[in-house]
Amino acid sequence: MIKIKINGKTVACEEGSTIMRAAKSKGINIPGLCGHPDLPIKANCRVCVVEVVGRKNLVTSCSTKAENGMEILTESGRVRRARNANLELIYAEHIEKCPECIWRFECKLLKTAQKYKLLITTFRDRKKDRRTYKFANAVEIDGTQCIDCRNCVDACSLLQNIHYLELAGKGVNQEVVPTKKKNIQCILCGQCAVHCPVSAAQEQAQWRDAESLIKNKSKSGKIMVAQFAPSIRVSIGEDFGLPYGQIVTEQIVAGLRQLGFDYVFDVNFSADITTIIEAEELLSRLSKKTAKAPMPMITSCCPGWVNYAEIYHPEILPHLTTARSPHIHGGGIIKTYWAKKMGLNPKNIVVVSIMPCTAKKYEAKRPEMKIKGLYPVDNVLTTREFSFMLKKNNLDLSKLKKSRADNPLGEYSGAAAIFGGSGGVMESALRAAHVLACGDRRSGVCRSRVDYKAVRGSEDIKEATVAVAGKMLRVAVVNGIGHVEPVLKNLKKYDYIEVMACPGGCIGGGGQPIPTSRKIISERAAALHEIDKKSAFRKSYDNKGALDVLKWLKNENHKLEHAVLHTKYKKRRKY
Amino acid sequence: MPNIIIQIKKAGLVGRGGGGFPTGLKWEFVKKAHGSEKYVIANASEGEPGVKKDLFILENHPERFMDGMRLAIEYLGDRGRGKKKIDVKGYVYLNPRYSKNKKLVKKLKQTIGSLPVTIFNKPKTAGYAGGEETSVLNGIEGKRVEPRLRPPFPPTNGLWNSPTLVNNVETFYDVSLAAAGEYKGERFYTINGDCLWTGVYRFPSDWTIEKILKKTDNYPGFDFFIQVGGDGSGVVLNSKQLKRPAVGSGSITVYSAIKHDPMVLIKKWADFFRSESCGQCTPCREGTFRLRELLGDKNTNWQMLLELLNNLSETSFCGLGSSAPTAIFSFLENVVMTPVGERMKLPKADRKMIADCLTCKLSN
Repeated sequence: MIKIKINGKTVACEEGSTIMRAAKSKGINIPGLCGHPDLPIKANCRVCVVEVVGRKNLVTSCSTKAENGMEILTESGRVRRARNANLELIYAEHIEKCPECIWRFECKLLKTAQKYKLLITTFRDRKKDRRTYKFANAVEIDGTQCIDCRNCVDACSLLQNIHYLELAGKGVNQEVVPTKKKNIQCILCGQCAVHCPVSAAQEQAQWRDAESLIKNKSKSGKIMVAQFAPSIRVSIGEDFGLPYGQIVTEQIVAGLRQLGFDYVFDVNFSADITTIIEAEELLSRLSKKTAKAPMPMITSCCPGWVNYAEIYHPEILPHLTTARSPHIHGGGIIKTYWAKKMGLNPKNIVVVSIMPCTAKKYEAKRPEMKIKGLYPVDNVLTTREFSFMLKKNNLDLSKLKKSRADNPLGEYSGAAAIFGGSGGVMESALRAAHVLACGDRRSGVCRSRVDYKAVRGSEDIKEATVAVAGKMLRVAVVNGIGHVEPVLKNLKKYDYIEVMACPGGCIGGGGQPIPTSRKIISERAAALHEIDKKSAFRKSYDNKGALDVLKWLKNENHKLEHAVLHTKYKKRRKY
Repeated sequence: MPNIIIQIKKAGLVGRGGGGFPTGLKWEFVKKAHGSEKYVIANASEGEPGVKKDLFILENHPERFMDGMRLAIEYLGDRGRGKKKIDVKGYVYLNPRYSKNKKLVKKLKQTIGSLPVTIFNKPKTAGYAGGEETSVLNGIEGKRVEPRLRPPFPPTNGLWNSPTLVNNVETFYDVSLAAAGEYKGERFYTINGDCLWTGVYRFPSDWTIEKILKKTDNYPGFDFFIQVGGDGSGVVLNSKQLKRPAVGSGSITVYSAIKHDPMVLIKKWADFFRSESCGQCTPCREGTFRLRELLGDKNTNWQMLLELLNNLSETSFCGLGSSAPTAIFSFLENVVMTPVGERMKLPKADRKMIADCLTCKLSN
């Protein structure tokens, strides 16, 4: 521990800590825009400047380490002048599109302007003619809002190892642009968006579509159905001032109902379906390898990863499980099984998925997803878009009266709950495979196993050998697409691989609340395991509703069953 | 202490790129840093307008310059008797205009001979900011040419993260002289502007600007002011402030007070920094742009203009940014607000506003 003086008060702080961190631990929040705990310190926005007595120039508190005896002023006249000047310069780089901006309730620019009583219009708008680069229907970079902090470029290259975003031009002409290199393509993971401080990198919003569909539903006769992902129940609370990792499943349901959705289903239910399909496939591949279904099997529920595989590694596509992802399963079941049960025309059902993900927007619009000419999912909103819709309608999630998801597509196992975190899909499938391989799961012949702790955790690549029904399976879990290459180079080493494009899995997804960082992700992961632990049943095969649906599909006809449950992949160079 | 360090320290050598950092100390830092590979870089980017002394040395004394580099390479490579030498490579980071000079490059290559030194042409778009010590590292590594965040500093984490010595061309030249016992405390001066005998001269480094101008027969007979240490970032002094040595990169540019329109000059400086900013940090990227924009307005908002300048020196990412306002500030203080300035073409209202703002700047 060392001693420093902040604004006249002597405080102790850890050696090696930056001034910003030291100040924060004492309750002094120094504003900053370009810093992100996942990325190296860049110190380019120059908003967090402070005065160190005895130093000629101001220093950036994000990059300067506190030293013993240092005397720091965070609110001196010099500091205020400089901070305000840099903020006003940054405001001038950001064209305000507040009415349409889903970030407006969280916007740091608006908040600092209010706090320090600054005009956001001191200077003329310089970037009004900048381009917006759109990547498929999922992500966009709006050059008119960019403040040149470069977080998106760092997230794309240093975190994800994709190198799709680049900086072009010098000085005032500097601009974030997609690379011109032909062999590099965006995978739509949205890590640029979740690291952007000003919503210049963002999802291509679909909340307007959802809003107008709801508004016109009585006229159009559409039934509005919402389904929400496993991971958002442990993250969205943060947008409403709740602590990290607070579980708000029932508040989400209530919020969706308040927004005007007629039915609300939980994607956790479909995650049990996905798990069962995937486990069956794993065992079938294990017993009988073919060229079309080789080993190892690799998960495919992460659409960012699927994009990556199709673009960069078409040769491994046969290894991907043909099981569709949970929300596509969900949409398909809603428009077949549930529609029939309810006596509804599937054409009149609109399915909106609330996802932690930007790539899901593209996944939903893949033509191969269509079932009898209909897309299983019509719209995909990110967690942030959903938060925005709630706030826009003055709905405070933390204060909503709890409501339960509709049945029969509402119950779920603990295995489904953990789908949202890295290692979760693998663990769920292993539990199911174990049950399946043991034959009659009630017979007690083999002791069923639930916890596979070796595949949990936040390491970049997790490797383990696990016993499933007497067989030793060599498994690997890739936590973030930036770490996938070494595993793909050694495919033969494994039997089963899970890949999540975003660090941490869906709980660190590109559509999640901002900020999302390693530390926050670990809190969300802990909450998922909490749900799992407290679940009435923890294995997908114990989800009676799921088994009923699968039975129904089997009895219906093989073509429909296949269309609802399976998909295919193809080599691609662009979207 | 090795001989060469004793000689450098005895001669009191400091960096001649403009920073003036003690050379012996810098060499020792690189020596002490751990690394199986080390680099020596001669910064010959000379991006500051009005400074031509590196060119002069490369054209006229390449042997001396390269001798200095050789001494650095030998010093850093040596790990003591009987021990394996450290692999040290050298680079000459050459201004793209100089690399077009075939004669210069040919001579330089001949001088390099068998030394492990490569000529690296500074990227054409790198410009002024590309001459900053850490920009040079990025340039050679093929990265975006702009300054790096410090710490870490180049002596420990330089080129490809290896310990790296970056010195100006003239510094290596001085080292060679010091090693041969021929260093006489002299340095090079580039004289430009409204005078007859412009060019590069060599005089004792403690001579005053006045003495140098008189000695070279360049001391004007008309009202004038000068800029010292580069036409971009150099400090502007009036004719009564010349009893001091020339600092920084050692250039002296003479301006006739009658010939020059103050607004044209201020715009020229602002233009230079706007077009040369690398774009990394807010005060420089956006600040210099707004500075130039304010100067284009019909009525100049001096308060905001000076605020932006002040902010540049207070919060810039690199040394180039923080020295960017020097010229305009010192021009206003030392020339515009003095009797000489009263006769210059500038409306009274503006003059008053500047005076008010300058006092408010000083009081803060």
